Amino acid sequence: MIKAQYERPIIQRLNVGLMNKYGTKTEFNPVTHIDGNAVKELMETYGSPLFVLSEKTIRQTYKDATRAFKTRYPKVQFAWSYKTNYINAVCNVFHQEGSWAEVVSGFEYLKALHNNVPGDKIIFNGPDKKEVDLKLAIEHGSLIHIDHLDELYMIKELVAGGTKRPRVAIRVNMDTGIYPMWDRFGFNYEDGQAWDAINKIMLSGQMDLVGLHCHIGTFMLTPNAYGVAASKLSQLALSVMKKFKKKIEYIDLGGGFASKNTLKGSYIQGIDVSPTFDQYAEAISTSILNAGFTEDSLPLLILESGRALIDEAGYLLGSVISNKRLSDGRRATILDFGVNILFTSFWYDHKISPAQHFGQYSEDTVLYGPLCMNIDVVREHISFPPLKKDDQVVVHTVGAYNMTQWMQFIAMRPAVIMIDMDEKPHLIRKRETINSIQDEEVMPLYLEKFKIS
Amino acid sequence: MKFKKNIALSDSGFIFDPTTGDSFNTNPVGLEIVQMLKQDNTPQEISAYFLKNYAVDESTFEKDLYDFINMLSKFKLTEHNEKEKN
Amino acid sequence: MKKKKISVAVSGLNAIDSPGPGISVIRSLRESKYFDVRIIGLSYETLEPGLYMHDLVDKAYQLPLPSAGMDVLYARLQYINSIEKLDLIIPNFDAELFNFIKLAPKLKAELKINTFLPTLDQFEARHKVNLADFGKKHKIKVPKSKTIHTIKEVLALKSEFTYPLVVKGKFYDATVAYSVDQAISAFHKITSKWGLPIIIQEFVTGQEVNVTAIGDGKGNTMGAVPMRKMYITDKGKAWSGISIDDPKLLKMTTKLISSTKWKGGMELEIVKTEKEEYYLIEINPRFPAWVYLAVGCGQNHPEALVRMALKQDVKPFQKYVAGTLFVRYSYDMIVSLKEFETISTLGEL
Repeated sequence: MIKAQYERPIIQRLNVGLMNKYGTKTEFNPVTHIDGNAVKELMETYGSPLFVLSEKTIRQTYKDATRAFKTRYPKVQFAWSYKTNYINAVCNVFHQEGSWAEVVSGFEYLKALHNNVPGDKIIFNGPDKKEVDLKLAIEHGSLIHIDHLDELYMIKELVAGGTKRPRVAIRVNMDTGIYPMWDRFGFNYEDGQAWDAINKIMLSGQMDLVGLHCHIGTFMLTPNAYGVAASKLSQLALSVMKKFKKKIEYIDLGGGFASKNTLKGSYIQGIDVSPTFDQYAEAISTSILNAGFTEDSLPLLILESGRALIDEAGYLLGSVISNKRLSDGRRATILDFGVNILFTSFWYDHKISPAQHFGQYSEDTVLYGPLCMNIDVVREHISFPPLKKDDQVVVHTVGAYNMTQWMQFIAMRPAVIMIDMDEKPHLIRKRETINSIQDEEVMPLYLEKFKIS
Repeated sequence: MKFKKNIALSDSGFIFDPTTGDSFNTNPVGLEIVQMLKQDNTPQEISAYFLKNYAVDESTFEKDLYDFINMLSKFKLTEHNEKEKN
Repeated sequence: MKKKKISVAVSGLNAIDSPGPGISVIRSLRESKYFDVRIIGLSYETLEPGLYMHDLVDKAYQLPLPSAGMDVLYARLQYINSIEKLDLIIPNFDAELFNFIKLAPKLKAELKINTFLPTLDQFEARHKVNLADFGKKHKIKVPKSKTIHTIKEVLALKSEFTYPLVVKGKFYDATVAYSVDQAISAFHKITSKWGLPIIIQEFVTGQEVNVTAIGDGKGNTMGAVPMRKMYITDKGKAWSGISIDDPKLLKMTTKLISSTKWKGGMELEIVKTEKEEYYLIEINPRFPAWVYLAVGCGQNHPEALVRMALKQDVKPFQKYVAGTLFVRYSYDMIVSLKEFETISTLGEL
């Protein structure tokens, strides 16, 4: 006899007066395959949890972004933001597509060199550039984006008496009508700090001011703010040209484009509200083209977009450890991944799908991670089908800031695979072992040998 | 533990408690369990029935049934007779 | 004249104490000279009264909450359309409009469903947060306002505003604050519910007048009826009102519609001061719940909207009867448990 399919029994009170959940069943449409690979099989091969990156999606997104900008502005260059995801295979997909590297530390700088990015195609940002890092960057002719006066003076000292002229830009912060204003990085536009710094550089005679940089915020939902930023940077560039007869080679608008994730507290889904590359490109290119440059003095437009280029290409696969009933009657499901490897669940309501088919019934559920920490919550509320132990789930849009901000807290970090253009999976980072953690530890001799009495 | 006699069940999984005016919704497996409870089947009898007819193992069903009956009691859809209490 | 048969889906069936416009829109369409309408009700809750008004609503379906996203909404509409073959959808909730506006081209192209909605730019520009810019751009008086994010900014308000002032949430809620302390408490109360930013607005006193209007999207006002609230509930809603003949108000409306090229229904909330100055307080991007008053005094705005959506040649309304009243009332319907069960479990009724 063939037995009937079983689904965990659930019962819900029909809450009078509250918005009814009916019709949301498509919210948990199962995702059984990613780029032609069965989720189940991937987890059998590489373990659970598992990060999966779709090379197809990365390249498609990159092409979409470059098309949006290049059809509107003549000179455009993307630089891959290493901090967003610096697994070398990922970086190399971007570099192969033509992207430069944008780094914010000595460590990331070395990574870019290791990936064979030519020195003059590395943009060095960030407030913490050590002397040794700056030396290396000057040596390689990289683009150094100065964040504060102490850095400017350090560079001056480093090049004093030498022959190398560093290629520098300054980071400018400004009011673009966005709250909060990121005024802790770089030099302020409105109060004249930026203009002062430019003058200091130009009058030093020791370095080449090649560009102007800004980065107005993160997950920016208003393309217009970029228009404001682009026009203020353009005005600075034109002032430099006027006073010093010096052409500014590039304007770097930084990153901060939103991905399709849904921010916590947002009523509307991220995928419906996030601007498209076309909207950002329209705001930026219109501003620069209307700023008053002559055709041959139009600067190169550099973009350091990270999140918007990689987020959708990343998935996190995981399994159900257990189900519980909380004291208030709510369902709680414990998963084998939590905030330790899904750092972004602190600020997004990630879309999560079951990896197997279910009926139309769902329950309001809290999704917890596996850590013995109260803050380890993946989703506070989700209408989810009745998953049982060992059932699998797929978390969407996790490509940005997770594979760099993950922790080996309590558990070790999982493997990362990339599915190539022919839908073949490749391991690009191995699951950590105890050695990955312990190799760096040193035991003092006197603590080495003893017995617990 | 018994399912309250006056509670109305419909085939769509709609449950109505005329004492409180509350209404509930359950899925097909839940409905079948409630129907069996209403006919005074014991949890053991319910388990035996499900293990025979559904693709489910004993420990999974035991956990689910325990949780489900707990929810019924939380929603005050069950009553305990005096004997059980003592 | 033989009336054309059409299927129209309408949301906002919550004819409760703070009512949605759906039932008024449906009543207006039921009285159409041109159409014989089959009304498909769209609801979010199981107790929206319109679900049970079978003489007005022929069939009703539950929709996913707007927060579920556009894809889910589209899937649901696709299903409803497969049964009902919709000619038109008239969404009436502020919170759902964003999704419907974005979906409109796809609904037309793939499901052949018409809509007649403001553009996304119009929808965003009239948003509370942007109202000051909107007023400046279209040369309309709006109360002085400021968008703030912190308590520190509340304390600093006294240099720019005089108390009392109005503390408003991004989507809903408004409180009149007579002191800094009240403003701080309103700030906390509203941010906890609707988040940041908070909009501070100058408190303008005077008579509340509203206009229901409809624009053709090319700058023409197809109809406009001003109303003065006569009785206001504790939720600030008109319980009764009277149509008025106020040429200044009509002029302001036509000017606004012509400069924004507004498309679709709208409601203007205006305060008329002692000095006969008109301040625009809010623009609602849909018909108001009292739109049936317009029908009552000679302008069937919902019908005009349907005709324009179906590409018929529509002439603007020229007149209406001033001095027509509406008095709202509540009414207890008797509903069987079976009906409640059906909508609760099947999502259709």
